[in-house]
Amino acid sequence: MTTATLSAPAWTDKKRYLWLLGIVVMGLPLYGYGLYLWTGLSLFFWTTPVIVYTLIPLFDRLIGEDESNPPDGIMAALAQEKYYRYVVFAAIPAQYLSFIGGTYLAVRGDLVWYQWLGLLVSVGMTSGLAINIGHELGHQTSKLERWLAKIALAPVMYGHFYVEHNRGHHVRVATPEDPATSRFGESFYEFLPRCVYGSIKSAWEIEKQRLEKQGKSVWSIENDNLQAWAITVALFAAVTAWLGWWALPFMIVQGAYGGSLLEVVNYLEHYGLRRQRKADGSYERCQPHHSWNSNHTATNIFLYHLQRHSDHHANPTRSFQTLRNFEGVPRLPNGYAGMIVVAYLPWLWFRVMDPKVVQHFGGDMSKANIKPSIRDRILAKYGSATA
Amino acid sequence: MKKWRCLVCDFVYDEAKGVPEEGIAPGTRWEDVPDSWTCPDCGAAKSDFVMEEID
Repeated sequence: MTTATLSAPAWTDKKRYLWLLGIVVMGLPLYGYGLYLWTGLSLFFWTTPVIVYTLIPLFDRLIGEDESNPPDGIMAALAQEKYYRYVVFAAIPAQYLSFIGGTYLAVRGDLVWYQWLGLLVSVGMTSGLAINIGHELGHQTSKLERWLAKIALAPVMYGHFYVEHNRGHHVRVATPEDPATSRFGESFYEFLPRCVYGSIKSAWEIEKQRLEKQGKSVWSIENDNLQAWAITVALFAAVTAWLGWWALPFMIVQGAYGGSLLEVVNYLEHYGLRRQRKADGSYERCQPHHSWNSNHTATNIFLYHLQRHSDHHANPTRSFQTLRNFEGVPRLPNGYAGMIVVAYLPWLWFRVMDPKVVQHFGGDMSKANIKPSIRDRILAKYGSATA
Repeated sequence: MKKWRCLVCDFVYDEAKGVPEEGIAPGTRWEDVPDSWTCPDCGAAKSDFVMEEID
């Protein structure tokens, strides 16, 4: 039986060794500091945001898209290969080096304010990117991976994501009830507080319900939110005890900024898309056309194929190396890295994305997920059924 | 009759109850649920379900 696979055409994962860049990226704040020591240029404190906000979108533009999928026959073996798990695991120590080393420099490094600020944004960025690692691991089923997910989420103070993402977002995605699904006409700055508040509230209620069913209090030690938040508290307390009180505001602000990076990615993943209700009032299942995708290679490598988002929602436990491109799904004009810059500028975002949403629904905006306060105006403008 | 729980979102498939609104009659054993069936809540595949202990 096993010899049969030998005769199959050899397929190699072109991205196999590129996934190691996920570890490299996590160390960016420290390389930036190294370059500063070498050259004396304060600019290098800003290496991380410059790479993420400008170089990666530029590479996405230049390198373009990779639509290839692994052949079906190889999927099971590819999913099992330990290498891909270890690549993700190895990014966590790098993340912690940046977080702890960065906080040390912020307190003891004798920095000027613009160096300090650059370091803050850089460390916050790696913490925010690490939510993607927590995301990948939080979808796996082994105990080790699920614990590592909580550990990756600790520096960014986003432990509740572990609960809310799987059992909240995956259930309600592309509906008005999902805090992490942005609505047509909703700017990132309106979405951000709604999503942050809604996600924490939802995560708390999900665990409350689960524990009450078992006859336990929401304050039980088994509450996954409390467990994950406790890692943050222990980590921040230990670093503060070591470096003094000035470490605390640095850690909190970098965490807040890191969290906003997750939310801006959330913002563009399902913008305006909506699942339709079935006759019985429940929502249709989440399908490939309920997520925005991108095959841009550069961002796909440093976000572990997160942009193959339709396949992710259709197959949530599918590990990153096996995620596939689908034909005919909503596609973004650039990678997520470039699109987050667009999302920061609402007028530009609406200009780029609103026509795409209208086109996606074939002009029938009654099917879209529209910000309630402008819904009537949008429906009047486009007509509720132009068919 | 057994119960099966979705690993992603905790939806429970109860063999005794089935999912009549989706054409899966009460009493349908897990192995008889079509492989193409997915979690009604989060869309996870049938292979992402595990047997749930019932006390």
